[in-house]
Amino acid sequence: MTSLDGGMGHYTDRLLHCENAVSASFAFHPVDGQPFVGQSIPRREDARLLIGRGQYINDLALPGMLHVAFVRSPVAHARIVNVDLSAAERAPGVHLAVCGADLLRALPPVQDQQLPLPAKWKTTVSHKIFDPRQPLLAIDRVRHVGEAVAVVIAESRYLAEDAAERVVLELESLPAQVDPEAALAADAVVIHQNASSNQLAEFAIAKGDVESAMASAPHRIKRRFYHHRYAAVPMECRGVAAQFDERTGSYTIWSSTQVVHWLRREASQTLGVPEARIHCIAPDVGGGFGGKGHVYPEDLLIPFLAHQVRRPVKWIEDRREHQQSACHSRDQIHDAEVGFDNEGRVLALRDAFIMDCGAWNPVGVGIPYNTASHLCGPYDVPNAAISARVVATNKVPNAPYRGAGRPEAALVTERLMDLIAHTLGLEPMEVRRRNMVSAQQMPYPVHLPYRDGVSIVYDGGDYPGALQKAVDAIGGLPAFRAEQAAARAQGRYLGLGLGSYTEGTGVGPFEGASVRIDPSGRLYVAAGSCPQGQGMETIFAQITADQWQVKPEQVMLTLADTGAISMGFGTVASRSTVNLSAAIHEASTRLRKKVFAIAANLLECADEDLELRNGTVAIKGVPGKSVSLADVARASRPGWDSKRPAGMDAGLEETYYWEPSTVTWSYASHAAVVEVDLALGRVKILRYAIAHDCGVVVNPMLAEGQIIGGAVQGIGGGLMEEMAYDSEGQLLSGSFMDYLLPTASDVPSITVIHQETPSTLNPLGVKGLGEGGAISPPVALANAVCDALSEYGIEINSTPIRPEAIWQAVKTARASHA
Amino acid sequence: MKLPPLDYALPRSLDEAIALLSESEGQAKLLAGGQSLMPTLAFRLATPALLIDLAAIPGLDRIEITAAGVRLGARVRWVDIEQSEPLRTAHPLLVAAMAHVAHYQIRNRGTVGGSLAHADPAAEWPGLCVTCDAIIEVIGPAGSRLIEAGAFFSGPLSTHLAEAEIITSITLPAWPRGRRWGFQEFSRRRGDFALAGIALHYDTDAAGRVLDPHIGVIGACHSPHRLRAAEQAISGQVLDDVLIEACAQAGSAEVDPPTDLHGSARYRRALVHAMLSRALQQA
Amino acid sequence: MKQPITLQVNQNTYDIEAEPRRTLADALREDCGLTGTHLGCEHGVCGACTVIVDGDPMRACLMFAVQAEGRAIRTVEGLAAGATLHPLQQAFIDHHALQCGFCTAGFLMLATSLIERADPPDDQELLDALSSNLCRCTGYKNIVNAVRAASVALRQR
Repeated sequence: MTSLDGGMGHYTDRLLHCENAVSASFAFHPVDGQPFVGQSIPRREDARLLIGRGQYINDLALPGMLHVAFVRSPVAHARIVNVDLSAAERAPGVHLAVCGADLLRALPPVQDQQLPLPAKWKTTVSHKIFDPRQPLLAIDRVRHVGEAVAVVIAESRYLAEDAAERVVLELESLPAQVDPEAALAADAVVIHQNASSNQLAEFAIAKGDVESAMASAPHRIKRRFYHHRYAAVPMECRGVAAQFDERTGSYTIWSSTQVVHWLRREASQTLGVPEARIHCIAPDVGGGFGGKGHVYPEDLLIPFLAHQVRRPVKWIEDRREHQQSACHSRDQIHDAEVGFDNEGRVLALRDAFIMDCGAWNPVGVGIPYNTASHLCGPYDVPNAAISARVVATNKVPNAPYRGAGRPEAALVTERLMDLIAHTLGLEPMEVRRRNMVSAQQMPYPVHLPYRDGVSIVYDGGDYPGALQKAVDAIGGLPAFRAEQAAARAQGRYLGLGLGSYTEGTGVGPFEGASVRIDPSGRLYVAAGSCPQGQGMETIFAQITADQWQVKPEQVMLTLADTGAISMGFGTVASRSTVNLSAAIHEASTRLRKKVFAIAANLLECADEDLELRNGTVAIKGVPGKSVSLADVARASRPGWDSKRPAGMDAGLEETYYWEPSTVTWSYASHAAVVEVDLALGRVKILRYAIAHDCGVVVNPMLAEGQIIGGAVQGIGGGLMEEMAYDSEGQLLSGSFMDYLLPTASDVPSITVIHQETPSTLNPLGVKGLGEGGAISPPVALANAVCDALSEYGIEINSTPIRPEAIWQAVKTARASHA
Repeated sequence: MKLPPLDYALPRSLDEAIALLSESEGQAKLLAGGQSLMPTLAFRLATPALLIDLAAIPGLDRIEITAAGVRLGARVRWVDIEQSEPLRTAHPLLVAAMAHVAHYQIRNRGTVGGSLAHADPAAEWPGLCVTCDAIIEVIGPAGSRLIEAGAFFSGPLSTHLAEAEIITSITLPAWPRGRRWGFQEFSRRRGDFALAGIALHYDTDAAGRVLDPHIGVIGACHSPHRLRAAEQAISGQVLDDVLIEACAQAGSAEVDPPTDLHGSARYRRALVHAMLSRALQQA
Repeated sequence: MKQPITLQVNQNTYDIEAEPRRTLADALREDCGLTGTHLGCEHGVCGACTVIVDGDPMRACLMFAVQAEGRAIRTVEGLAAGATLHPLQQAFIDHHALQCGFCTAGFLMLATSLIERADPPDDQELLDALSSNLCRCTGYKNIVNAVRAASVALRQR
């Protein structure tokens, strides 16, 4: 790809420069013999990012590159009568303008359901799923504010936006569906004409006999819970750049995606090009959190346009576009009922819920199925029946975001735990303890299928122990109750809220690693995982270093690049550390056999006499008798002077695709102490503690960063962040003036306690932790506010916990008391 | 979110600026700090053909403290007020309110003149000007004139400035020794616009009675205004808890707040009650 | 219409041609090639584009390039002294104060202006000022700790 190489010179130079800078400033010298896994090694990513040499998608400049602006729907629901591109086409600097109808003539329809469900799940779970298949640009109708209708390519983004303003849309207004329950009414306008109703999917799962258990339960509580719509909102919006290479007929796509291989597969299908002719790279990515975790229409449209104009093309999503076209998440309405005995033990749990999936349904039942399969949480629930419906509305599509259905489940279950406690006059902590699966019950079969189709088994841990540690970390229950009473005597309202969860992590189907010994003797690892700030370059270097008894700086990594490994899945669902560590382990184990065989040949000894020692292969107990990994690499080369044992293939590279048997279960308990200002409805978080278990911790400093970062997103979602719509389907949270991300002043200091129960399902014993932090905060805060206002009997059963909602609840309660 | 095409002018004098404004026939906008204007342009909610930057006009950045009061040139920035040692005694209410104005970087560019011209009802400064009976000096083709802050705003984001007029200075009347003041506001996050805020000051006589109370509302209004009934409630009285409550009730009854995503009119009314009560306690 | 503009950035001179509507942020990134300054919202809320102009931190998306002519601009690229990181950069590594790194330059420049002040801010002032920028990854705690540590380190140099 000559043209490409020419264009990429600057870019690659900078990357190389960075790698050198990294190895120079990050030499880390631990105590000899100590494994690197478990140590808080500083990140090798940091140097380039701190000196302004990160390479984000918008930093990519290729010769002749053109820039894209989209024309997006200003209304929620309308029939497209006409899209007049003529004025835009005549605007200065414009190369091409395209609308949906144009595309329909040029490209095949978009393929079916992006994320296939395993056959095992399909045969186990009763379900119906309809995929409306989102086109790359709206064709006959617009279905949400912000849906892309047309696209303009121009010399600069400024000119592209100027031209986009000159596209004339003729739209015939249709009623907007903004309430998913109303959208299910028989006479509701159907958003997708090829569907029979606005219900796009449904499923149900159950265990035991809920009907009779509920009927005979001494106590029953039934409530409606609503988890509002909010979103990942990374600081870097989405972005895609693409280039078509005439010589090889191949495409290079740079995207700020979490799933390069998935993108390559979709691009292959949509563009009609073999995967081998598509190269997808995610450069430095400025946060994803799931919001960049599936393939978007723009990911496929930009390479198509690059081919059309035969020039590199770049689209950088701006913040306004992000708010109205990058997927939102959450947005579920639950009608749940719990039956329990006089001791507060749950006998039956029933939940029927609706997920408002917005105008399209890019990942099927992924989120609601997560909700259902996590609804029982850390509790021993003997009977449960859960059903879900996925409903189309005229809003931005709903797709996974950090937690992906689990915060919604936690809201239901954890509010119910507090309501049980309130009913029986027990401490919420005590009710949780009585219901939690104990360490002695592990491994504990839940008797519900996971989304990989395997029946759920909680694989280990101490749930009550984590709860106790979290509560202890905020001062302990008795001390808090005394503090609360003292504060109340001074007219202050303090509350303690708990939120516990379990989380299936490290889901399949697979992730792979290619491990290679470079002729320099350094280790090279390539994998399909795609980092967005987690520190993967650091932790996978730690893991690989332990495998080879070398220092982490001797390990090179290429991630998020389809050119580096032929198959990959990507970074979503708290899965990368689990799957990739196992793949690196297995590939290394296989490669070591070959390394030892060659080294034995060189040292004229038996394989069994050898060990890895400080970057060499050495004869056990014989100082000085060793060959370096570089020597072994040279000896492995094909050719006349190879020193391989007879019959052995050349080269030192092994690729292993790890296919986990099923998920491994992380869990945590959060404890929040809040103070509520009744006159304003304002919630101030005084203390916050998290006791969690992600199995073996690879890098405690980074793990804590993930947990706290996630928790702050949960706090933001609990109290402030909201993708709100008006009755016409207009997005009210379209800017950072109105979408309230938490700032440094809004977050408490958070205490994190690690409880390490190694997973038995993978060689390193790790469990996932990327999402966990975000799961509990909304409900922990809701419980804390309810606890603070217990004298008013106020229930917070919906989020976000807006100041006005608290003020209103107090006002109403006072009026009814008076 | 790239800004629309526009021309840029950097006049060296007020006369030159007025001439440019007059010639533009309504197609020009003045640029001071630009901290509200530029986001508006980024969303292409405004598309002026010409921006007239006031940066090079001499004398607009002065803070003068005289017997008549505090005179702020239109281009005085929030940070200039924050960092002014003399202002701490010359106008403590003004300095206290600055802590609520936007964010650190914004305060390094945002100006007093720009804020008045933008006329956001949820911004602190317009409310403060109304509360304190500020006099706004403007200049136009017909010369200069003085406008009382209370008569300056015509609604949300609109003023009684004539087409080719430029704000040149704002004068806050002199601050007597011993004047009591309070400033309270509630916003969802630090630096956000106020859902409701109260600025107030009053003097006291020898017996501790409230004299000449000034109470202004921010945020919970369509444009900032004095709360006359609330002022009436405490005027000539010695403040106590009962009176504070009566004043807060009067104030919340006389506001007409808007409803939006962040709070309904009813809620903002209650916030006015709370802010007023707390501001009086603070004073 | 493009016009010549001369920018002084990190003590280097950049002669560029830009339309009057071009923001300082775009000029730095696209005309000067200094892509370390990032755009997170382009409407003055997130602070990712914060640069220092004549000693004061400013949002480069809320300033025209033409307005920056003749003023001393500092960006993240000028923070380290050659191969030696600024104490603040080192503190960000030590305290794990960055994850994705996208907001980082904005925080670095905001914090640099704070800790280089003759009267460094106390903890409350620091928290208030750092609340001017948004970070979506870290939860802020490590950023605040890093800035505090760097403030001390800078004074001990």
